Amino acid sequence: MQQIINFVLRNKTFLVFLLLLGLSLFFTIQSHSYHKSKFINSSNVVTGTVYKTANGIGQYFNLIKENEALLEENRMLKSIVHNLDVDTMKNNLRDSLRLNAHFKFRTADVYKNSYSQSTNYLTINKGRKDSIKVDYGVITSQGIVGIIENTSQNFSSVLSILNTRSRINAQLKKTNHIGSLVWDTESSEFAQLVDISKFAPVAIGDTIITGGQSTIFPKGILIGTVNSYKIDGGGDSYIVNVKLFNDMTNIGHVYVIENLQAAEIKSLQKPKDD
Amino acid sequence: MTKVTLTLAARFIILVLVQVLIFNHIDFMGYINPYIYILFIIIFPANNNRTLFVFLAFLLGFCVDVFSDSGGVHAAACVTLAYIRPVFLKFSFGTVYDYQSIKFNQIDFGSKLIYFSALVFIHHLIMYSLEIFNISKVILIVQKTLFSGIFTIILCLIITILFSQKCK
Repeated sequence: MQQIINFVLRNKTFLVFLLLLGLSLFFTIQSHSYHKSKFINSSNVVTGTVYKTANGIGQYFNLIKENEALLEENRMLKSIVHNLDVDTMKNNLRDSLRLNAHFKFRTADVYKNSYSQSTNYLTINKGRKDSIKVDYGVITSQGIVGIIENTSQNFSSVLSILNTRSRINAQLKKTNHIGSLVWDTESSEFAQLVDISKFAPVAIGDTIITGGQSTIFPKGILIGTVNSYKIDGGGDSYIVNVKLFNDMTNIGHVYVIENLQAAEIKSLQKPKDD
Repeated sequence: MTKVTLTLAARFIILVLVQVLIFNHIDFMGYINPYIYILFIIIFPANNNRTLFVFLAFLLGFCVDVFSDSGGVHAAACVTLAYIRPVFLKFSFGTVYDYQSIKFNQIDFGSKLIYFSALVFIHHLIMYSLEIFNISKVILIVQKTLFSGIFTIILCLIITILFSQKCK
């Protein structure tokens, strides 16, 4: 017994080191699996407050750009409203028109955004208090941003599409061929659409939109355009390099989408999966 | 003694805040970020309690992790760095040097550069390996380690020179 205690005392630095290293590896591994990074995320009170203060200062430098973006969105919406007739209703001038009443939109400010790591997250200033829940979609007026992963009372963290763990259902705009949007960590301007059938008529410049398969995003949110494409190793699907419409490095205001019918759709799909 | 503790506490908080609010957003050429917060570990007084030092390093990495949503990669890298630091102290300043009494603002530039570089590269290598977590992207890990490492070393040297307490 005496010897065990002596051993512990003699090697206490090494033991503390092993313990702490184990703990941090545990956190690391946990952060690599979806929906399990509960312990450490920037949606808690301390980090939220710090980022809020910093954002309060930094926001002023982007006012001109934000104004321009709002003006552009207003112009677009006005041009739709004033030209609204049967013809445009059919053609869907802009795809966001298709969003109908079973999606609820809330606005939020981005307090923290990262895009240079391989697992990127955003922090926004709305949380459980504002009825934000896990798995709500996040977009801007230009396109898709990510999915809510953690919420606290006043803040939420968003799993960016620029994250190796992100996998979002997407499709070609002109046909209904679906695939998954992933990210290969190479560039913040491009994401990759994989698992898209090689029979799909992919062409450079085609628009990629979200598919209606998930309950997170409505069908038709803009993602980007085809920049290049190649057949993947297996030979039966394309890997498409998608140039994102969003400048992921510059995101100030976002919309959070709630699908009011998500529970209904999920309960309907459940028996089929079993 | 209290003055030393206060200085360390202030250094800890300032370095974490500066790191998460400024240096995490530099993104030079798309992905190069300096991690200057490890300066706390590099210039931590060498004569202090080692167990406490390892624990403080963990806390430092953990704080940065919480702010940058990176799981535990910084914590793991910092703990390892703190644990193996004595080896590099001996390596850079020689075994004849009694490293218990090193004053970091009184050492010559050459050994300081070697010491800083070794620690920074070790830290970055561990951190990026854990962050990318993919053996097939080993080129990316080495590339990020190299470029960010150089950036970090330059900034750390500049900061230590700027804030050195020795007035000539």
